[in-house]
Amino acid sequence: MSRPILQIRDLRVEYATSSGAARAVDGVTLDLAQGEFLAIVGESGCGKTTLLFAVAQLLTYPASTVGGSVLFDGVDLTALSPEELRVRRWRDISVVMQSAMNALNPTLTIGAQLADACRAHTEWDDKRIHERSVEVLSMVSIDAVHLKSFPFQLSGGMRQRAMIAMALLLEPKLVIMDEPTSALDVVAQRSLMRQVESLRRQLGFSVLFVTHDMSVVSHFSDRLAVMYAGQVVELGRTREVFDRPEHPYSKGLMEAFPSLLGAPRRLTGIAGTPPSLVNPPPGCLFAPRCAHATDECRSVLPELITNEERAVRCHLVNPVVRS
Amino acid sequence: MNETILKVESLSRFFRVGGFRSRGQLHAIDEVSFEVASGEIVALVGESGSGKSTIARVLAGLYPPSSGSIFFEGRLVGRRSSRAVRGHMPMVFQDPFGSINPVLHVGHSLLRSLKLHRPDIDKSKRFDEAVALVEKVGLTPGADVLGRYPHELSGGQRQRLGFAQALSSRPSLILADEPVSMLDVSIRIGLLNVMKGLRDDEGVSLLYITHDLASARYVADRMIVLYAGRIVEEGSTEEVIGSPQHPYTRLLMSTAPDPRLPLADYEGSEDLGEPPKVIDPGPGCRFAPRCPLAMEQCRLNTPAMVELSPTNRAACFAVKR
Repeated sequence: MSRPILQIRDLRVEYATSSGAARAVDGVTLDLAQGEFLAIVGESGCGKTTLLFAVAQLLTYPASTVGGSVLFDGVDLTALSPEELRVRRWRDISVVMQSAMNALNPTLTIGAQLADACRAHTEWDDKRIHERSVEVLSMVSIDAVHLKSFPFQLSGGMRQRAMIAMALLLEPKLVIMDEPTSALDVVAQRSLMRQVESLRRQLGFSVLFVTHDMSVVSHFSDRLAVMYAGQVVELGRTREVFDRPEHPYSKGLMEAFPSLLGAPRRLTGIAGTPPSLVNPPPGCLFAPRCAHATDECRSVLPELITNEERAVRCHLVNPVVRS
Repeated sequence: MNETILKVESLSRFFRVGGFRSRGQLHAIDEVSFEVASGEIVALVGESGSGKSTIARVLAGLYPPSSGSIFFEGRLVGRRSSRAVRGHMPMVFQDPFGSINPVLHVGHSLLRSLKLHRPDIDKSKRFDEAVALVEKVGLTPGADVLGRYPHELSGGQRQRLGFAQALSSRPSLILADEPVSMLDVSIRIGLLNVMKGLRDDEGVSLLYITHDLASARYVADRMIVLYAGRIVEEGSTEEVIGSPQHPYTRLLMSTAPDPRLPLADYEGSEDLGEPPKVIDPGPGCRFAPRCPLAMEQCRLNTPAMVELSPTNRAACFAVKR
């Protein structure tokens, strides 16, 4: 694997709330290699979307980055001015938002919106813009006639694919995706994921993908990071995390969705709710919901310890390594 | 076999579409017939646009049917059916954030529902009954929950409350329209268990409307697969999942994301199709344009339901009898 395109170092993001600062991202450190697909999964409120917004430097009040750095190609994004960020956005880093219906302008045609992005970031003439627009739409299997279509004339799956086409317009090195499939049906979801995967192979961009439904990414991402209450609790190769989850929370997540295979059996999910981010419990943040929690878990916050290919934040998994 | 409590006969609902002068009719559901027995969970499965929510809304009386009839507990449900019928067939909606009044505390709507639908309960006992209801769906301590406001509850708790509210009229059938699709994966299973519990402990039937085959398999006894407003396959859950007969059911099965499946199973054909909007349809199978098995007659004639086993039927010319 080549050198990391994105290095997130001890990133901390807080939301100002009336009852104090809520730490939504709590010391996250992640590397993303050129061409790699990293998926981040977790429940709502675990800070996964906040993390993406912090990476793209899109946070607005009441959220703010209070510590750590985001190195993109060696440049710390947190230290750049708005104008320096503007130049890099879309060209180097593009974002695909969760809801295409809200992210596309309903009063402009798809073609006009593609052209808009080109004019803001390039010196291309109209002919070049048109050629590139047709090209990116064909990458996502949308016919060029839809350049003249308005978003409402496209189906949900097509709108989401149009969003991906827009993100790829200027051949960014990193594409950030925030639950792009959650508004789609299963069939459209699968075909969208396949398309993202084949485009990534073809064009070589890196993907940072956030979802609460880990089954969506199970076959597509290289590595998987499981987030809980603003922290990464487990990180490893996707297949291995699925086959042998080690953190009790990851294990619970794997047990939380029914399968079409095997004998029907009763599932339980994970009892309880995520902790308050304003007054987090002492010790491991998952301890109040963890069936195996010990006194140590309730008092000492475990470190994220990397042990051959896998990083886990749990006292029960890492007792030997730690001592 | 338990007694049938809901019987739907060739139910159709059309919507006029297009401009002022347009005569186009969107066939949201077309000649749909099925039954629900007491104490069973039936899953209506399909993609968006398949007509599954329209069925629930017609059953709940939110839209009148264009044609066809609904028999509930042996009686024809008419256009102006009484509160009693509606109370016996309440609905749980998809969006737990939009379906509860945010300015009233949780107990208010439950107590009101008890007042309207349960005249047998004395005023002084209503609160105790409401506490019992929320505890049945796993919200404890009940008295504490009733005093809270909706914003103090999480999505999963609100959806449980939706079921408590549905239960308040002592229904024989609950229409659950995608009750878990807006919830996090980790919370869904708890709600699915609540649904199973209602069936097992309270003897309530549920019509579970979903696009998620795996969750349908988890809770449902029988499964009805819809495509573009028509039933394409129907049968016991294990039979439909174990040996799907209709090509559309097979497509749904192959696209259901499941990390337990090996990657190789995903290298299937590239299907970018989506269900059609059925406006003024001609004859022919509606799945034919996407179907790998489509033959000449699929485009000319509408396939009828074929009995494949005592409990399994499919509408396809290509299935083996």
